[in-house]
Amino acid sequence: MAIEATTNSPFVPDAAAAVVVHPLWVRITHWVNALAMAIMIGSGWQIYDASPLFRFIEFPHQIALGNWLAGALLWHFAAMWLLVVNGIVYVTLGIATGRFRRKLFPIRVGDVVRDLAAALRGQLAHDDLAAYNAVQKLLYVGVLLAGVVIVLSGLSIWKPVQFKWLTVLFGGYNTARFVHFFAMASIVAFLTVHVVLAIIVPKSLRAMIVGR
Amino acid sequence: MSRQRKLPVGVDPALLIKDTAKLLPVPSRRLFLRGATSLGALALLTGCDIIDGPTAEGVLRKVSAFNDWVQARLFSPTTLAPTFPESAITRPFPFNGYYDEDEAPDIDGETYQLEIGGLVDNKKSWTLPELYKLPEVSQITRLVCVEGWSAIGSWQGVRLADFLKAIGADTTAKYVWFQCAEGYSNTIDMPTALHPQTQLTLKFDHKILPRSYGFPIRVRIPTKLGFKNPKYITALWVQNNDAGGYWENQGYNWFSGL
Repeated sequence: MAIEATTNSPFVPDAAAAVVVHPLWVRITHWVNALAMAIMIGSGWQIYDASPLFRFIEFPHQIALGNWLAGALLWHFAAMWLLVVNGIVYVTLGIATGRFRRKLFPIRVGDVVRDLAAALRGQLAHDDLAAYNAVQKLLYVGVLLAGVVIVLSGLSIWKPVQFKWLTVLFGGYNTARFVHFFAMASIVAFLTVHVVLAIIVPKSLRAMIVGR
Repeated sequence: MSRQRKLPVGVDPALLIKDTAKLLPVPSRRLFLRGATSLGALALLTGCDIIDGPTAEGVLRKVSAFNDWVQARLFSPTTLAPTFPESAITRPFPFNGYYDEDEAPDIDGETYQLEIGGLVDNKKSWTLPELYKLPEVSQITRLVCVEGWSAIGSWQGVRLADFLKAIGADTTAKYVWFQCAEGYSNTIDMPTALHPQTQLTLKFDHKILPRSYGFPIRVRIPTKLGFKNPKYITALWVQNNDAGGYWENQGYNWFSGL
């Protein structure tokens, strides 16, 4: 409340700038990525069902996108541009503005253990949205790496002849399919935690929409 | 730069769509948007007919045409598909088609003739004994299905680039079109037709191509997805118009390069 009162004051414009948790470019790229990810994952599930990697895993038609294989492939290979272009913009700005370095590092093992224990006891504070705890830092860096792996493994499955060196890097065509699947699974696991926490701490969701 | 799909002369697009729709299972007729319930926002983009205006499906098809363009530029005429030792061959090599194995075309090799047409100097048809006399090339490569699975096979036959030379084909033409015995058809780009591993396949694992794998001729293209490797081919045309293909016309990406 004190912050809102301050930001409304015409006499201290600098204070308003100081409380912005997420600059506009972070918010735009976040939501574009959310849309791209939803399309990629939904259509990816439909594509997976055409030739499942595990007998006991099949995605229900109702939660998959594209209706059948050709439709899902059209969605997948359209949203990939959105995902990759948006991802490049995000990573470039994240590095260039120093945001990644400031917000995500350093990650210390001791801090992760301490914050994880606190989180599991339900005692992890979220009072300062601008500062990430060690578990958050680890998860955000982890999901960024999963994003890199899912794009590169996807490229190696799409182009196993033109980019055959990349396919070799992922252990060959068949192994690359499993790598792509597990990268999806880890992103979905992250998203589950991410969405649940955004619901538990609504002001974090608000900050990602209006910036503060 | 988006490429417009041209239908063969005399084909009514509306009728073609009707025919195509009949071939698909009922829920697939409205192709892409039902079942999009995982995405509340996208569900607002409601279903649409193939020929309607600026719909989600129209946009998706435009992006697919853009992806054709991108893939044609990524394609290298000298990059070879990985090859494998005999021990890597998938046995038994799977039969695959949109019909059961016992419904596959059963072609009489005695009377068979490969029809040649379009922009070529010599339109004489070819019998099997004539084709078997041509210089043979061999490859053990991976066939990648659009569904995701793959299998490694051993194929022998005539290099398509050599065959096109033998019939005096205009290799500055844009496409090579294949007609198949069961009504399947396929169009490929000329750079892929001239790729050193693109083969008019007459044998599998050094034995005359069995019925299951496309007797008497399959076009083996290790730089393209399996559905762009047509079997049971009866005609080859060199031409400048894109005549599409069985699956491409239903929404699969046209170039489908690997």
